[in-house]
Amino acid sequence: MPVPILKQSQYLIATIQSALNDADLLELRDALVGKVGSLRSRGVIVDVTALDVLDSFASRTVRDLAYMIRLRGAETVIVGIQPEVAFAMVQLGITLEDVATALDLEEGLAYLDRKTRHGQRVL
Amino acid sequence: MKIAKDQSLDIQEVVPGSTAELLRQLVAHLRQNRTDLREEWARRITQAKLLTAMNDEEIFAEATSVYDNYVEALETGTFEALQAYARNLSERIIPRGVQTDEVVGIVLLLRDVLARSLFAKYQADFNLLNRILDAYEPAANRIANTVAVGFVQERERIIRQQQDAIRELSTPVLQVRERLLILPIIGVMDPQRARQLTEQLLHGIRANRARVVVIDITGVAAIDSHVANHLVQTVEASRLLGATVIVTGLSPEIAQTLVNIGVDLGKMNTVGDLQGGIEEAERLLGYKVVPLAQAETTPQD
Repeated sequence: MPVPILKQSQYLIATIQSALNDADLLELRDALVGKVGSLRSRGVIVDVTALDVLDSFASRTVRDLAYMIRLRGAETVIVGIQPEVAFAMVQLGITLEDVATALDLEEGLAYLDRKTRHGQRVL
Repeated sequence: MKIAKDQSLDIQEVVPGSTAELLRQLVAHLRQNRTDLREEWARRITQAKLLTAMNDEEIFAEATSVYDNYVEALETGTFEALQAYARNLSERIIPRGVQTDEVVGIVLLLRDVLARSLFAKYQADFNLLNRILDAYEPAANRIANTVAVGFVQERERIIRQQQDAIRELSTPVLQVRERLLILPIIGVMDPQRARQLTEQLLHGIRANRARVVVIDITGVAAIDSHVANHLVQTVEASRLLGATVIVTGLSPEIAQTLVNIGVDLGKMNTVGDLQGGIEEAERLLGYKVVPLAQAETTPQD
C-alpha cells in the first residue's frame, strides 16, 4: 500500500498508516526525495504514529531518507514514534542520530517552522 | 508423600471401602480425646520454643481452632475450610513476625502428637494400627501441606503488595511547567526499577507533550554499568520522542562510572544541580524568569 504524500505549503507530509514492507519503504523514500525537488519543499515530515514496530531496515531507510533529503536542501523530521518503539529501537542500538524527531505532527511542524523560518527561503 | 500415596492405593485395592470407616473411627477417637491431645500439643509447642511471638493463652486458642479444623478436614476430606482458616491465620500472625518454619513445625508437631495417640490406642492390634495409619498418613500429609502452602502464599501476597507499593511510590514524573517534566530519582537503581522508570518517563513525555525533561539523580549514590547504560538509552529514547533530556546532580562516583563505561558525553546534556537543570530547561523552552520588580520597571523587555 503506497503512503500518501501531502503537500502543505512548503512542507511535505507522509503519514504511514499501516505496516510497510521493505519495497514500500524504498518507494516512499524515492517518492519523497523526488517530490522535495519537484515541489520545491523546504521540509519533510514522516509520521510513524501508526507503527508499532520499526525494525532495523525501516530505521536505516528512514535515516537514509533524511540524509538524502538534506542533500537535496530540505529538512526532515520524524514524528510520532511510540514510547515502546523508541525504547526497543534504542535497545537495538538504533538511535537515528543526526535525524530530527518530534512528538507529533504539530511539534514537527513547529520544528520545521523554527528551522526554516516559517517556510520562507532565507535570502 | 509419594509413599503415602502408594499406601492409600494399596488400601483401596486390598480392602476396598474400609478407609472411610477407619477414618470415621479415627475422627471419633480424636474427638473423644480432644482436651488431652490439644493440651499435649500446646505443651509441645511451648517446649519446642515455637510461636515465641505469642503468649500461652493465644497459642492455646489457636491450637484449639487448628485442632478442630484439622479433625474436620480428616472427617470430611475437603480442605477448603482448612485452606481458608490457614489463610486467615497467616494474615493474623505474619505481621507478628511468625516464621515459615514455625508454622510448618507446629503442624508437624500436631501430626506427631496425634500419631502417638493412635499408636497408644491400637498398639495391641498391629494390623489394625497399620491400616489406621494408612488412612491417617495421606490425609495428615495433605493437611500439613495445605497449611504450609497457605502460609507461604499469604507471605508472597504481602511481599508482592509491598513491592507494588514501593514501585508506585518510587518514580513520580512531575510537570513543573508546560512542556517541562522533572523526574527525581531517589534510592537504589536496580535494572527492574530503571526499566520501569524509562517506561513511565516515555509515557509521561507523550501524555504531557513534554519538550524538555530534567532527570535529577542527586539522590542516587551509585549505579552499575548496566543501569548507566540504561540511563543513556533512556536519554536516546526520549530524543526519539522529540524531548531533550537534561541530567542533573551526578555524583562524582556516577560521573566516574559513566566515563568508565565510555558513554558518549556529547549526547548527554548534564548540569550540576537541579536548579541549574531547570534554568537550562527554561532557556531551551524560551522562558525567562525575572524578579517581579525588575519585570515591572522594564515592561517592554
